[in-house]
Amino acid sequence: MRKAMYALGRGLLFLTALLFAIVFLMPTVLTITNSFMSGTEIAANYGVVFSSLSNTTTYISDQVNLKFIPDQVSFSQYATALLKSPDYLLKFWNSVILVVPIVIFQVAVAAFAAYSFTCYRGKMKEALFFFYIILMLMPYQVTLVPNYLVAEWTHLLNTRWAIILPGIFAPFSVFLLTKFMRRIPVSLIEAAKLDGAGDWKIFTRICLPMCRSALYSIVILVFIDYWNMVEQPIVLLSDAEKQPLSVFLSQINSGEVGLAFAVATIYMVPTLLLFLHGEDYLVEGITYSGSVKG
Amino acid sequence: MKINHAKLRRKMRGRLSGAAFLAPSFLGAAIFYILPFGVVVYYSLIKSPLVREFVGFENFVNVLNNSSFRMAAANTLKFSAVAVPLAVILAILLALMLECKIPAKSQLRTFFLSPMMVPVASIVLIWQVIFHYNGVLNNFLSIFGYDKIDWFKSDYGQIPIIVLFLWKNLGYNMILFMAALNNMPKGLLEVARVEGAGPVYCFFNIKLRYLSPTVLFVTILSLINSFKVFREVYLLTGAYPYESLYMLQHFMNNAFVNIDYQKLSAAAVLMAAVMVVLIAILFVAENFFGKDVEG
Repeated sequence: MRKAMYALGRGLLFLTALLFAIVFLMPTVLTITNSFMSGTEIAANYGVVFSSLSNTTTYISDQVNLKFIPDQVSFSQYATALLKSPDYLLKFWNSVILVVPIVIFQVAVAAFAAYSFTCYRGKMKEALFFFYIILMLMPYQVTLVPNYLVAEWTHLLNTRWAIILPGIFAPFSVFLLTKFMRRIPVSLIEAAKLDGAGDWKIFTRICLPMCRSALYSIVILVFIDYWNMVEQPIVLLSDAEKQPLSVFLSQINSGEVGLAFAVATIYMVPTLLLFLHGEDYLVEGITYSGSVKG
Repeated sequence: MKINHAKLRRKMRGRLSGAAFLAPSFLGAAIFYILPFGVVVYYSLIKSPLVREFVGFENFVNVLNNSSFRMAAANTLKFSAVAVPLAVILAILLALMLECKIPAKSQLRTFFLSPMMVPVASIVLIWQVIFHYNGVLNNFLSIFGYDKIDWFKSDYGQIPIIVLFLWKNLGYNMILFMAALNNMPKGLLEVARVEGAGPVYCFFNIKLRYLSPTVLFVTILSLINSFKVFREVYLLTGAYPYESLYMLQHFMNNAFVNIDYQKLSAAAVLMAAVMVVLIAILFVAENFFGKDVEG
């Protein structure tokens, strides 16, 4: 009897979890499947919501129709996105050359800083770390003026550096990586010191390898954050030629819903690859079992 | 004496190399964030960038008396006060749920993480389809006889945004809690169970205390993300949305567009001050709750 109850409870729990999980997955699936719908089908489904779709003479369902499976698989949106205008590919490349340097250098700079915050602690350092947290918490609108001023003084305004440089020194990954690095048992580092290992050796042989999964998860987080940036390029890169696809995508007007889904799907591919490759790292966090001291 | 000298020298060298590791990050942060923020503080105290006359707290008084600032501050506070605790509590519940022995765990985990991948533009479209006046949710509710409402232009405007925020961030928060639960000493729970402690007792008296550093961590991350959701709000509703959705970021953004640096700087400094207090409180609270489990 008790066993049956237990099994029933587990079944219910699984169903609840599954239900939630499906709700969470829905927008991803919608984005991908709707990108394979033809313009007419999109207009029929969403015409009621996006009035700008209705100036076409096509049929529009009087009720919004959130559909997962297209009536007929069509690549017309992709053809428009990829072949008719080279703009999208250009903007995609813009995104790449903005985001890749930011991710690589932000994580590298943060790794050094995190080592310092981990191995050389003291009142001053704790105060400084607190300061980093405050900096990190500032919404973009607060750092907007500082960023703009610096870009203006250094004549970087309207160049890619105006986004890349502040991105490299953003305190976010310093905070995150320090939190992870501080979980490495102190005894391990002390032992290495007693054996005569210098800072560089401890850093490259102990801290970095032990934080491998943390590093990877930070790469994913930072990448996602900057891959979808909208505010920074609008303010600091007035030149539309240089703006990343995320800005362009956010400005596709609602008359082109189908196209937006197709471009969004293309835009999702790099994130998806990072995810598939590194999801386990994201989950592992840090690869050892020991003190949880953070 | 000799030993002391050696010790001192080692200490000094340690300090130097500690500083060297921090230097790139600190110099960069100083140039791109800290010094400019000093300028913002300076701007908040002068009459205008052209007339650099010291006016004391006049700009702050002006901003505090500004009705749209007050509305924006109240809305932002309301949003964060609801959304952040929900993001923490629901993430703990999800983590506990996935900790139980259920099938297809890693697939479920992936499903929960999937929102992180979806580009903003597509989120915005889907949210419109769901919460529009003629949208999916209203159609669904009308089956049960509820009146249609235009969600983004109503007093319930924050609800779709809170849902969006939770949808986007619960997955990663959950992962962090799962990792923390995994790292918990198993022996302690074993002993408690043998002594006859129930699952509820175990959760509140053991697990939650071990989770408290993670709770602080996730709270800070969620707070950051609760500010970042402005991007979606802005794309959904524009620069001047319905009152219930007018956030501090709208206020600052509009001040920036209108080149009203005084208003913007004063608002930014006020917001920073609130943040300092808030984080300090969180730190003290974490120290208090988690102190006997650390180390």
